[in-house]
Amino acid sequence: MTDWLSPEEWTAVRLSLIVATTAMIASLPLGLGVGLLLARGRFWGKSLLDAIVHMPLILPPVVTGYLLLVGFGRRGPIGQFLYDWFGIVLSFRWTGAALACAVMGFPLMVRAIRLSIEAVDRKLESAAGTLGASPIWVFLTVTLPLCLPGIIAGMILCFAKAMGEFGATITFVSNIPGETQTLPSAIYTFTQVPGGDAGALRLTLISIAISVAALFLSELMARIVGRRINVE
Amino acid sequence: MTHVLDIAVRHRLGDFTLDASLTSDGRLTALFGSSGSGKTSLVNVIGGLIRPDSGHVRIDGETLVDTERGVFVPKHRRRIGYVFQEARLFPHLTVRQNLLFGHWFVPRAQRKPAELDKVLDLLGIGHLLRRRPGALSGGEKQRVAIGRALLAQPRLLLMDEPLAALDEARKAEILPHIERLRDEAGIPIVYVSHALAEVARLATTVAMVENGRVAACGPTAEILSRPDLAARPGAPEASTLLSAEVAGFEEAFGLARLTTPAGLLTIARGALRQGQRIKIRILASDVMLSLGQPAEISALNVLSGSIAEIGERSGVGGSTVHLLIACGEAKLAARLTAKSVALLGLAPGKLVHAVIKSVSVEMP
Repeated sequence: MTDWLSPEEWTAVRLSLIVATTAMIASLPLGLGVGLLLARGRFWGKSLLDAIVHMPLILPPVVTGYLLLVGFGRRGPIGQFLYDWFGIVLSFRWTGAALACAVMGFPLMVRAIRLSIEAVDRKLESAAGTLGASPIWVFLTVTLPLCLPGIIAGMILCFAKAMGEFGATITFVSNIPGETQTLPSAIYTFTQVPGGDAGALRLTLISIAISVAALFLSELMARIVGRRINVE
Repeated sequence: MTHVLDIAVRHRLGDFTLDASLTSDGRLTALFGSSGSGKTSLVNVIGGLIRPDSGHVRIDGETLVDTERGVFVPKHRRRIGYVFQEARLFPHLTVRQNLLFGHWFVPRAQRKPAELDKVLDLLGIGHLLRRRPGALSGGEKQRVAIGRALLAQPRLLLMDEPLAALDEARKAEILPHIERLRDEAGIPIVYVSHALAEVARLATTVAMVENGRVAACGPTAEILSRPDLAARPGAPEASTLLSAEVAGFEEAFGLARLTTPAGLLTIARGALRQGQRIKIRILASDVMLSLGQPAEISALNVLSGSIAEIGERSGVGGSTVHLLIACGEAKLAARLTAKSVALLGLAPGKLVHAVIKSVSVEMP
């Protein structure tokens, strides 16, 4: 296998998968919380929260990346706090790439989760309540299983977005081979050097394959879960 | 004195105001009234789905809601089973998991392990356990919903028009199960319905709900026959409810003789067995009155009695009058035109003969 991909290219593929998976898993709890808040909550500033969550979707990715750099860089207020208290450094590290990808994929994840929570029949929840389930149990045993297809869809969307994220990542953590050079960055690098066409094409094909596989996987999971839920 | 059910609540819902109070000790209390009269809101208050603006709800002496003392027990701590109009089964769980959902939340020490078999037997749903709700018929779904509520070991069972969404055949399939539930499970039931036949068949106590208020509450037979209630606009026709026992048969004509508190009645035999106890219902408009002993008429049933009560004139132009006739130990409701009442000179205490055709005796 290593015959047709150079070690650097393999590193980029592996890094991309790690970054995208990390971004997807790390943003899931927060995505669930915000999705639930937006679907069910009634509080002041709800539309503000909605706008902030959706911001990365409409802002130029470079702008998002720059804001991350300003906020989470070593000199940035949040970055400095993280470094001083936890010794965490995000700028120019793969963790920073994961953060950038998570921020970019977050609106997509929240949107899918929110819609699926809104689609859950509240009457089933009150029925569960009369059967003795406290609100937390109602959420765990009724709401959560019923919106599982939406959660899976949201996770896959977030993953796919993370796999393709370029602008915010390169702005925030640059393009360091082996540390922050993800698939899109690697492809970009290939296109910038003479004779890089073959490498760019190989990585492009891999990128397409991963995206298609993710799509199939999400379809498959949604169908398995959906068959259990929507038999009616 | 503590009642099984003791409710007095006020609650505003938009333009509608619920202002209802009732006490009941019945095994099955029916909340009876037309759509939009507030029956479901009242049940939702009992079940904890609505928090009333003011008032109290007490079950068996335990206070669940008392706005003055700031008491509001949330629905998951009330131990009140609720069977909804639509079964509301959990689509992601099997029938078995649905049934045991509430059972699981019963404290371990109080769980009755044999309960599942008992409920499966009571409702006849043992063969459905491995299916999913989507693969059940409407009647099966509703029976599973009843079982699910029972397995949460409630102290009170609320049923909100559980048969309304079903066709006649499915209703006939479920009604016997609800009767067994009422007689065998030992859990008081509050049953919401706008169908008189269901109420006549199932209820021991009836509360008439009208525009968010409880207009009357009492034993079923008494409430259904009361002239003053029947005279209200939009009220269902008055009827007499009697418990009867099959005393014998007239084989040659395919008839059965029933002993009732009102006297002997003859009806079509159907599938009745000797000694069987049944409930019969006679609509007030199916009763004809005669001053003399009627002779040479086709009707087989003539009950003698005296007029106990004459209601107000009602209906369009005041054409109708409801009466109660004391026959034996029972009271028979009759509906006549005001003209007939005047022509016969009917007055309380007057002796009359009530004529009832055999076909008019219904078994709800």
